[in-house]
Amino acid sequence: MKIHRFDDVQVGDELPEWVTAPVTRHTLGLYAGASGDYNPLHIDIDFARQAGMPDVFAHGMLSMAYLGRLLTNWVEQSAIRSYSVRFLAITHIGDKVSCRATIADKFVDKGEKQVLLNLTTRNQAGEMKLQGQAVIALS
Amino acid sequence: MIDKKYIGTKLTPFTVEVEKGQLRSFAKVTGQTDPIYLDENAARAAGHRSLPIPPTFLFCLEMASPNPQEVYELLGIDYSRVLHGEQHFVYHHPVFAGDTVSFAPVIADIYDRKDGALEFVVWETRVEAEDGMHVADLRSVMVVRHEKAARPS
Repeated sequence: MKIHRFDDVQVGDELPEWVTAPVTRHTLGLYAGASGDYNPLHIDIDFARQAGMPDVFAHGMLSMAYLGRLLTNWVEQSAIRSYSVRFLAITHIGDKVSCRATIADKFVDKGEKQVLLNLTTRNQAGEMKLQGQAVIALS
Repeated sequence: MIDKKYIGTKLTPFTVEVEKGQLRSFAKVTGQTDPIYLDENAARAAGHRSLPIPPTFLFCLEMASPNPQEVYELLGIDYSRVLHGEQHFVYHHPVFAGDTVSFAPVIADIYDRKDGALEFVVWETRVEAEDGMHVADLRSVMVVRHEKAARPS
């Protein structure tokens, strides 16, 4: 069971980091099928080049799904109240997606104990790709 | 420039049934190993009525719209110039495989930055269960790159 008590976590605590395998073209093809996002920018290099991009690149939502796994690895999914990201830079073929979260705040909202997490993904060079926040209810 | 008169325009609402097979494919490609997302028996044993949809999956279900290009066609946007800028989810109730959910997207904002080199289209979608229960809200921000915009790295 994934039980974390509100009183046992502190602002500044980090969740266990997890890092994906390098993103491959195969990953993007499978993600297109599984997500229903068939945008050719992610799976057709000819289309991507015509659009002025050097190569196909990862769906932003693939990285957001990976980052979401950091949350569901930590708590039951039903405890997630909200989850948002900004896509700062493109995740390229060959990038490993390093997902991290830090507890940024603890508060009580409408009688429910909650924590605010600051979230990031970075590639193997440490470049930030996604930045986000999630609100999680704790007991 | 995208005509701001479209702010407030409702896109065509639609309903989608959540399929187990698609959820399993999604779990596999995202490297998911927790059996509740892959095995219905494990999900039930954990107290769920079926496979739960992962946190970002409502966005995927929204792609199952009869015409996911509707917003771009309406606004006259070249889809090859679009990048995803932000994505927001607010969750009210969980959704599981076998559920039928309805999506009601509305164009919430249109604005530009960098002297029009980048334009932004925001849409917000209320998601309801079959019985009308409000299950989630999505907010999507898409960025339209114009020629004078710096090429992304």
